[in-house]
Amino acid sequence: MAEVTLLDAINMALHYEMAHDQNVVVLGEDVGDNGGVFRATVGLKEKYGCKRVIDSPLAEALIGGVTVGMATQGLRPVAEFQFQGFVFPAMEHLVCHAARMRNRTRGRLTCPAVFRAPFGGGIHAPEHHSESVEALFAHIPGISVVIPSSPQRAYGLLLAAIRSNDPIMFFEPKRIYRTVKSTVIDNGEALPLNTCFTLRKGRDLTLVTWGACVVESLQAAQTLSELGIEAEVIDLATIKPIDMASIIKSLEKTGRLLVVHEACKTCGVGAEIIARISEQAMCLLKAPPRRVTGTDTIMPYYKNEDYFMIQEDDIVDAAKMLVEGWK
Amino acid sequence: MNVLAMPMHRFIDHRGKLVKPLPEWADLMTLKGFYCDMVLTRTYDNKAVALQRTGKLGTYPSHLGSEAIGIAIGRALKKSDVFIPYYRDLPALWARGIGMEKNLQYWGGDERGSDFSPDEERCRDLPFCVPIATQCTHAVGVAAALKIQGNHNVALVTCGDGATSKGDFLESLNCAGAWNIPLVFVINNNQWAISVPRAIQCGAELLSDKAKGAGIEGITVDGNDVVAMFDIVTMSLDHARKGKGATLIEAVSYRLSDHTTADDASRYRSEDELQQAWEFEPIKRLKTFLIEQGAWSEQDDISWQAHCKEVIETVVDHYLSMTPQAPESAFDFLYEQLSEDLLSQRDLIINKAMRMQGGNHG
Repeated sequence: MAEVTLLDAINMALHYEMAHDQNVVVLGEDVGDNGGVFRATVGLKEKYGCKRVIDSPLAEALIGGVTVGMATQGLRPVAEFQFQGFVFPAMEHLVCHAARMRNRTRGRLTCPAVFRAPFGGGIHAPEHHSESVEALFAHIPGISVVIPSSPQRAYGLLLAAIRSNDPIMFFEPKRIYRTVKSTVIDNGEALPLNTCFTLRKGRDLTLVTWGACVVESLQAAQTLSELGIEAEVIDLATIKPIDMASIIKSLEKTGRLLVVHEACKTCGVGAEIIARISEQAMCLLKAPPRRVTGTDTIMPYYKNEDYFMIQEDDIVDAAKMLVEGWK
Repeated sequence: MNVLAMPMHRFIDHRGKLVKPLPEWADLMTLKGFYCDMVLTRTYDNKAVALQRTGKLGTYPSHLGSEAIGIAIGRALKKSDVFIPYYRDLPALWARGIGMEKNLQYWGGDERGSDFSPDEERCRDLPFCVPIATQCTHAVGVAAALKIQGNHNVALVTCGDGATSKGDFLESLNCAGAWNIPLVFVINNNQWAISVPRAIQCGAELLSDKAKGAGIEGITVDGNDVVAMFDIVTMSLDHARKGKGATLIEAVSYRLSDHTTADDASRYRSEDELQQAWEFEPIKRLKTFLIEQGAWSEQDDISWQAHCKEVIETVVDHYLSMTPQAPESAFDFLYEQLSEDLLSQRDLIINKAMRMQGGNHG
């Protein structure tokens, strides 16, 4: 079976679900004839027509609001924002309406919508194209946040997100859209939205990460292994709700926690994971937990971007300090 | 020139006189029904303000002066259409069949107020929208869904004049034109967005002029004339139902009340202007017209007012006797399924509520 990219997997999931559920519609800027700015929606309009694959006016607040309205009427809209940095005009709709519709109406109306957006840096994009603000959305009651990091998980998690009866922010790590490849069985099988995925077993530390950082984290784990340190690598995948049970189970074995994320440090999801470990499993820890994160800065323009991206060395150094510094 | 007296789509003027022949549908029995509805919803409004003043209701936005707009909308919509209201729309919701208890619950701080009705069709109506103009974009989504579903139903959305300054309103109007969707916008142009008067809200002569840029029809109507309102809303719904696209209706009226019970309009609005606006209000003119037609009398009016008070007292009694929502209900409709973490937070609230209620929480 041929290997496909993460982007191909997104496209496969959209094709599968549109073929099997007439209520699924795709909307956003350029999603029709152009197939999306990254080509995630290629071929959908030709197959399912302009009634179900809808090019919207260039207006992100509108996309957010229209998606909410459609979802209340029994459709399952999948909205595409071209970049996560362009979601902000639609925040009011996500926070004030999508997240609240079920609660506000005591379940009379729901918002089974998926809001897709490529996110993260590392592709030398212009300003506002490199944001990693998953923590903003994880803070909002009523919304779930999902980030795939491989073609298989992109396929299975997107299917699950579309089938969910609640609103999902689905953030796609665009840096690895085309660089990470694997086989995907196009059988319509969804993955659970309440669990993380252990990508590598280890005994010395638990490394929790998500999105494009999974690549550097796995590379770092390999390097660490050669140094005699075995890292258990967990792809968080669903940022909200966080699967703490799996993380704690891993910590029972390793006793050391390292969280790696590209987003800014302060109030990031890493802080939440470590706070929960402090509350629920402090006694398991053999060393203070550590974070490797982005800095609390605005992502510089692309000439300096690489200095701000997380490199394999950053992870290796932090892991070594965590294990060797606290023996 | 007084904006309320300006020439616009109108059948009955503020003196209760016909300015042009009534449309065919407007028989005296129908108009009497409109009148009774308007009086009932005004009686409710007065009572709701009184309930807020006595601590039995939270902050409340009076709809005083916009009864004609709401009753026309509520009566013109088919059950299977979808209504997307803003927060000052009790008359429309009531005319649509949503109980007034729901409105009291909503403003009384109980989410069950937006669980409108067990009726399946009306269940598709959206709840009140408090953020300004966001409901307009939801309405575009609703109308697009109706078009995709191909059932010939129409969406109708309301907003105030202040909302027309927001990007959401303009983006929605623009998209409605581009997509040719079955949608009717109704602006309740009541001249005030809290303390900002219409004159400095925007430079357009008419708010309905904004339709032109979106490529849809815009109509300015006397929002204090229920006949004109019903006529235009019905025509616009019909236009949309036939696949001819969206319409923007500017209903010119006046906010005879404060913005909400938390506001004091005397700080920014002259008493003279308010008194003049009362001369144009929707109920008096229809009453004058009906009396002159011999279809209504002062005695009828006294009897109906008394009946309305009784009805509203019953509604209020019902509201006040409702069992409060369980504190943990804040969790019960947050997601379809709760995570372990949320279940544990839910237990915390149950225990806290039991503690605060002296162990009596069920």
